[in-house]
Order: sequence, then C-alpha cells, then structure tokens
Amino acid sequence: MSIALSPQSAGGTSPGTDELALVEALRRGDEAAFLALVERYHAPLMRAALAYVGSRAVAEEVVQETWIGVLQGIARFEGRSSLKTWIYRILSNCARSRGAREARSVPFADLGATGDEGPSVDPASFIPPGQVDAGWWSSHPASWAGLPEERFLAAETRAVIEGAVATLPPAQRTVITLRDIEGWPADEVCQLLAISDANQRVLLHRARARVRAALARYLTEG
Amino acid sequence: MDQHNTGDELTCRELVELVTDYLEQALPAPERARFDAHLAACEGCRDYLDQIRRTIGVLGRLDPATLTDDERTRLIALFRGWRAGAGR
Ligand SMILES: [Zn+2]
Repeated sequence: MSIALSPQSAGGTSPGTDELALVEALRRGDEAAFLALVERYHAPLMRAALAYVGSRAVAEEVVQETWIGVLQGIARFEGRSSLKTWIYRILSNCARSRGAREARSVPFADLGATGDEGPSVDPASFIPPGQVDAGWWSSHPASWAGLPEERFLAAETRAVIEGAVATLPPAQRTVITLRDIEGWPADEVCQLLAISDANQRVLLHRARARVRAALARYLTEG
Repeated sequence: MDQHNTGDELTCRELVELVTDYLEQALPAPERARFDAHLAACEGCRDYLDQIRRTIGVLGRLDPATLTDDERTRLIALFRGWRAGAGR
C-alpha cells in the first residue's frame, strides 16, 4: 500500500500532512488511497454504526452510505476538522436519517437521555439508611487483585464484556463504544453526538457501571 | 478508619456514583479531596475503583475490529463504481 495513515493523525482537530495527501489522492480517484481509508476506518465505523442502530444489516447499510458520502463529499472536504471527525459526522448523519426513516432503529431523539436511572451498584450492597454506618458497604466488592491477567484477556471474559455492551441502552452503548473501546477523547465524542460534556459523563458512567457489574457477576460466579 | 459518618464524609454509596467524574478529572477540588479521603479509609471502595479501572482496561483491549475480505471486495467495487460514474 503506497499511502498509510499514521495512528497519530487519526485524532486531533485538524488533518495531518499524511491525511491531506490521502485526501488529495482520493480526489484524483486513487484506489490505494481509498483502500487505506477503508482499512483504517471501516471496521471501527461498523462498530460505531452498530452502537447507533443495533442491527447488523442496518449498520452495514449505514456504513455503505457513509462511504458513498465520503466519496461524494471528498471534493468539498475543507480540512476544518480531522478526516476522522469528518467521516464520523457523515456516519452520524446517515444513522440519523436512517433512524428517522425506521422508527425501530435509533432513538436519536433520546441520545441526550441517559437511558436508565438506576444506581451504579445494587442498593442491597450497602448498609440501609437509619442504621449505623448507613451507606457504607455491607458486602464489599471482591478484590480482583489476585486474579491472573489471563482471566481478563480470555475470550470468554471478552465475550461477557461484548455482551454487556450490546445490551446497553443505545446512547450509553454509543458513548462507551467510542470512549472505551475505540479510545476517543471526550471532547470528540461530545462534538460528534452533539451532547454536553456532563451528559457524556453520565452516559459513560452508567454504561461502565453496568459493564462492571456484568464482569463482576461473571468473575465471581464463573 | 472506623470513624464513619463523621461530618460531611462521603458514603460508599455516594462515592460509587462519583467514580466517573473522578476518573475524568471532572470533580471540583473539594469533592476530589473528599473522594480521596474516603478512598484512603475504605478498602471496599478501593476495590470498586480498581474493578472499574480493570473493566475499562478490558474494554480497551477487545479484539480490534478488522475488515473482512468480503467487505474489502464490496468496498472496492463501490469505489470503482463511483470512479466510473464520476468520469475519472
Ligand atoms: Zn467506601
């Protein structure tokens, strides 16, 4: 492959020089440039699209529309944002219009909502109000310090995590996917989803709490 | 260590709801100090915070999403179609 993206150029707010070279090549109809983009972004876009729409078939269509949008729009890409942000914005728009067409897919109108209002930890784990030390642990979380690292890397453990993420309310799933799985910084997630920093943190908090609970159940019972 | 519920100390139940703000550096300094003071006194909350950190660690190491051969083939076809249509 003649053109590659360095990992550093993926984030940030403006395109790096290699990104600009890629954009130029793509405008000339260079297939290698398109492949470089696709190799880097298609699979993460699929993961993000799945977080938006929840069905693999719909996600595939949304990502396909995204690539068409990239090709059609590349001539007008002005480099005011990074290429990555620009591509994800196209994905977001495609997912939104899909959501508007199909009521069952995306509760985009609810993206600002937090999904569920339950506590992070089962209240039964705490000493009830009115008693001495109310609100302190009645049963401590298990220490994971003694668990071997292989336990966390095992395919089965990762499947538990994937399963927990898949069953999150969509807004939580989207935020934890971008932040913790794809490693996006908070400000880019807020920008992409058009949510406030505080809202983003609430969604991330609920999502992490639920995934932790699923992992704890698995590690202590399994 | 056993002097719980003195003054405006955080409870464990309150602390677990502040964990993300803590990790995201979003707690105001006085809140952060209360959080740290509670952690220093509470093994259960230290273990809880460790569990959250390990969870984030595993999330970050899920299999990197990769492109399948089918997808690559389909996308190349999409690209060639676009290039032909665009008259390039
Ligand atoms: Zn505690």
